[in-house]
Amino acid sequence: MASAAEKQPTGLRFFLYGFVILWLILAAFPFLWTLWGSFKVELDFFSKADWTNALSGARTVAEYGTAFTGTGYEGAWVQEEFWKAAINTAIVCFFVVCTSLTIGTLGGYALSRSGFRYTFWLLILALIFRALPPTTLVSGYLLPFFEWNLWGILPTTIIVLVAINQPFTLWMLHSFFQKIPKDLDESAMVDGCTRFQAFRHVIIPVMWPGVITTGLFSFLLAYNDFAVTAMLLSKENQTMVPKIASFLGTTQTEGNVMFAVASVVSATAPLFVLVMIFQRQIVSGLTAGAVKG
Amino acid sequence: MKHRTFFWFFLPTALAMMLFIALPIVSVVTQSLHTAHDQVIIEVENCGPFGCEKETSVDTAATESLRREQPLGKWVGTDIYFDRGHLATSEVADAWTKSQSMDEFLSTIINLPFYRAMSFTLTYTFVVTPMLIILGFMIAVSVNALNQRLKGLVIFFSLLPMIVTPLIGSLILFWMIDSRGVIGSALQWLAGDPDLSLKASTGLTWIMLMVYGVWHAAPFAFVVFYAGLQTLPQDTLESAMIDGATRWQRIRFVVIPHIMPLVTFVALIQLMDNFRVFEPIIGFNAEAHATSLSWIIYNDLGGETRLLSSAAATSVLTIIGVAILLSPVLVRTWRDFNRKA
Repeated sequence: MASAAEKQPTGLRFFLYGFVILWLILAAFPFLWTLWGSFKVELDFFSKADWTNALSGARTVAEYGTAFTGTGYEGAWVQEEFWKAAINTAIVCFFVVCTSLTIGTLGGYALSRSGFRYTFWLLILALIFRALPPTTLVSGYLLPFFEWNLWGILPTTIIVLVAINQPFTLWMLHSFFQKIPKDLDESAMVDGCTRFQAFRHVIIPVMWPGVITTGLFSFLLAYNDFAVTAMLLSKENQTMVPKIASFLGTTQTEGNVMFAVASVVSATAPLFVLVMIFQRQIVSGLTAGAVKG
Repeated sequence: MKHRTFFWFFLPTALAMMLFIALPIVSVVTQSLHTAHDQVIIEVENCGPFGCEKETSVDTAATESLRREQPLGKWVGTDIYFDRGHLATSEVADAWTKSQSMDEFLSTIINLPFYRAMSFTLTYTFVVTPMLIILGFMIAVSVNALNQRLKGLVIFFSLLPMIVTPLIGSLILFWMIDSRGVIGSALQWLAGDPDLSLKASTGLTWIMLMVYGVWHAAPFAFVVFYAGLQTLPQDTLESAMIDGATRWQRIRFVVIPHIMPLVTFVALIQLMDNFRVFEPIIGFNAEAHATSLSWIIYNDLGGETRLLSSAAATSVLTIIGVAILLSPVLVRTWRDFNRKA
């Protein structure tokens, strides 16, 4: 039901539609273009002669007989062993999300239920930690990790990413737990539960919406990280993003840019699915901090 | 909650942050005050049939053992902060006395690595942040005025540029603006210059990086503002209309004041995030024209020789920069907390 204040003249309406459609094209076109182009040969994707080649795939037809070829994907996944990087990313993301949610819920719950002054200072400290670029911390890790032989392996990276993730997780979960009425767990404690039992039997069953939202952002941080994974993982243990970055150095000279294009598309696909399924949670997570403040 | 219970609940997360955020900061500061050992030089006298000659050579074994014993290196105090790669105080002072004009001084300064990175980082931060707020606001207002059924679709596609890994997002754009890519060829055709290459000129590279920055971050502003517009008081809007406010005046005097707190929020978050600009520089392969503080750290740490101390000094300088940008946020949080308490 549109109120009178929302009615627009036709001209303005056209302009608004035009603007939104323009933005949609700006936002979506690069992804669609790259997805389409990843099934072409390099001379089509980067076409000096005629840009329509990238759409029709003239060179691809000349080379393989069809307009679509999976050679880019084959080269990336089989020849360059991108599957290893994909498995590493899966391992890293899984453990980062699980660990940071486990310790984050405990910490966030404690922060939301303690009325003492120090909770404020802890949150401020977390905010400062959240603002630090991960790159600045990396030079602090390298020397100790080399000394203790912890460099290059997945568990180290997982713990580092969990720690970097904690400040954000704490803030999200703290504000989420504050929305759960205190009476709920306090009445459980009046009935004789300990604090932990109250958390276990009363809070855990109702906390899932907030935990899922926070988990999504933990996942994104782990999945998208480049600074930490590029510096802390050895070549054999690389995850997808540093692997793609290393493609740029080596394959561009060999004329195998299509490997990188195919792996970029492969790495974007899970995010696409994620947005499709969890759109509502992502939006609520983004606005949670803003609407509160 | 009792202190004791709080302690046990909070211990795991506190431990993680202590060990992997607080201690590394200490480690970075310590590292920045040390530098790698010089090689141990020994003098050997070689006596042959034609007399004795003194030769100097590197004692590899001694150097190795020295480096193993004191991996931090030798103490140099704040020397690294003031060397050519960082604040370059003597070079700046030198340029100040020798330069005839301000332009000459600035052009000398801009070639020093730290100031080069700073000039790009600051320009990027202070151009991209207002642009993305304006674009995000325009999208939010337009979508809000249109059909509600359109909203899901727009939000879905808008989230993509923001959610996608920054390195991947910049690569996707980079391939398109390549002189053989679709946008690159379109620009060449528009400009009527078949040799136009965005990568070759510093100015165009900066613009390209900033366009990427706006593209990447505008969705965040859009989503936040759109949520804010849903709580817009309809009564105020309608009474403004009855009072004869035009469409533009309603936006200016009702909508914008209503979402102003959100604008501040987005601006503060984005100032901090844009200050750490890093992945686009790698993705766009733009280090010849634009560098940032984070990129300098990455560059020092990568490669054959890991320049730990130099990277650490840049890290400390970056942390100071972040702290300056963060201070308004802290003041705001402090005020919020006191209001609630």
